[in-house]
Amino acid sequence: MLVQNLAILVLAGFVGFAVISKVPNTLHTPLMSGTNAIHGIVLLGGLIVAGLGAEGVLDKILLVIAIAFGTINVIGGFLVTDRMLSMFKQPGRAGGQVNTDKKKEQR
Amino acid sequence: MSRDVVIQLLYIVAFALFIYGLMGLTGPRTAVRGNWIAAAGMGVAVVATLLTPGMGNWWLILLGVAIGTAVGVPSAKQVKMTAMPQMVALFNGVGGGAVALIAWVEFRESHGFDGSPAHVAVASLFSAIVGSISFWGSLVAYGKLQEVITGRPVGIGKLQQPLNLVLLLASLACAAVIIGGGDAQLLIIGLLVASAVLGVMVVLPIGGADMPVVISLLNALTGLSAAAMGLALDNTALIVAGMIVGASGTILTNLMAKAMNRSIPAIVAGGFGGGGGGGTTQATGDQTVRRTSASDAAIQMAFANQVIIVPGYGMAVAQAQHAVREMAELLESRGVSVYYAIHPVAGRMPGHMNVLLAEADVPYERLKEMEDINREFARTDVAMVIGANDVTNPAARTDQDSPIYGMPILNVDESRSVIVLKRGMAPGFAGVDNALYFDPKTTMLFGDAKASVAEVTEELKAL
Repeated sequence: MLVQNLAILVLAGFVGFAVISKVPNTLHTPLMSGTNAIHGIVLLGGLIVAGLGAEGVLDKILLVIAIAFGTINVIGGFLVTDRMLSMFKQPGRAGGQVNTDKKKEQR
Repeated sequence: MSRDVVIQLLYIVAFALFIYGLMGLTGPRTAVRGNWIAAAGMGVAVVATLLTPGMGNWWLILLGVAIGTAVGVPSAKQVKMTAMPQMVALFNGVGGGAVALIAWVEFRESHGFDGSPAHVAVASLFSAIVGSISFWGSLVAYGKLQEVITGRPVGIGKLQQPLNLVLLLASLACAAVIIGGGDAQLLIIGLLVASAVLGVMVVLPIGGADMPVVISLLNALTGLSAAAMGLALDNTALIVAGMIVGASGTILTNLMAKAMNRSIPAIVAGGFGGGGGGGTTQATGDQTVRRTSASDAAIQMAFANQVIIVPGYGMAVAQAQHAVREMAELLESRGVSVYYAIHPVAGRMPGHMNVLLAEADVPYERLKEMEDINREFARTDVAMVIGANDVTNPAARTDQDSPIYGMPILNVDESRSVIVLKRGMAPGFAGVDNALYFDPKTTMLFGDAKASVAEVTEELKAL
């Protein structure tokens, strides 16, 4: 099982490298915020450890905090990313063009 | 089909959605959709996890999710655009905190990983160390950007690196004892505390201007800790999502650092330029600044051929973007061509100014990135700097001793005249004086950026 998981780990690493090749400066922050939301996947860890049995009171408190943290990470992350990106989306204007205007308009 | 297979299949759907969504996030046209595709993937992953046979403690889970939702949704909805970077830092930090807490609980439940395979212990402890660093480091980054603590580099000089090394070794030593069979609570607490202090000590000496890069780095670290937790829990979704964030976050950190002409090791090594301090190098006593008034500024710009507006954090703080757009439209109606010069890191976060100006309906073709606009300054009659400081400081080009030497800047000083809108003479985020302000062709218009711009607009209307 470990070897399989390590294989998945390495392959996922290369996918991560490959996905982010060329990103316009403008999108750096939304992209950081988006990947930030994705690592909110840690919520799953909290769910599994809590769901499959936590005994002590302290453990339960710690897990509630962990699940709350994970939820904040996920929900907050995706909402904030969406708010940032919605700034770029303009009805009636050149919808979402960030980096295509370099050639025209040069004086 | 057994329930385990269903869960695994759903996990595959989930990380396919993550990857597809992330691909969307790298392009301006597909970014909004990409974000929601990734969010959908997260929904699938959560549902799949809740299907796990033998799930219990439902009220615990419900309570945690309810608290998280009650805190997360309003803070994400209400945060001002100016406060976005610190919000991202905070969301990243809680993710790291969750990882560290889960690893702690695992330690307690399994009595120091008694009877667990070695790789489970190693992966859990790795995630505990990295999660703790990320949590506390992010809190410091938040504090710096929120200006709860000073944005300037805070360090203890030469002792910094050895101390950080000692802290790292201390947490690794705790981990080694635990893996060797130790199960004392003090060991895991020691490990968490040592890495917490390490997180604080690493971020504290870093200047506020480098914060976006640091947040991105901590983001990648949290991803790695999530992947490690996935190995410990034998959970594919955690491994894939965590590792993708770890890898893409590293690339992104590198891209950001490049945009600022900074190297990641130099940033992490502490202080601005690694020199250990952002001391001011220029004598200011005998230099004078020239004040101007709103009406003079208005006349100066109304009769110019080309005006370049250089927005910075000051414009963001004063919420002056709408006033600026109004002023620019008035100038354009008089035949003046107006452009906006966007420094990659103006406003402390790449893309910050684009976001704000887009919010104020400034057309995209007026926003120019640094490489495109720098040639234009020599042909520009008036450059109006609105609350930007370090990104216009010519010392970055000329003064080898300056802490910001080598940072790419907007060549504002090449334009025929410069008007600087500023609240006062306080130095910028890097804590360095700006030679631009003492340039004979520069005039200063002191006051709140929004009020000043509005005054200039009124004067323009009266002309």
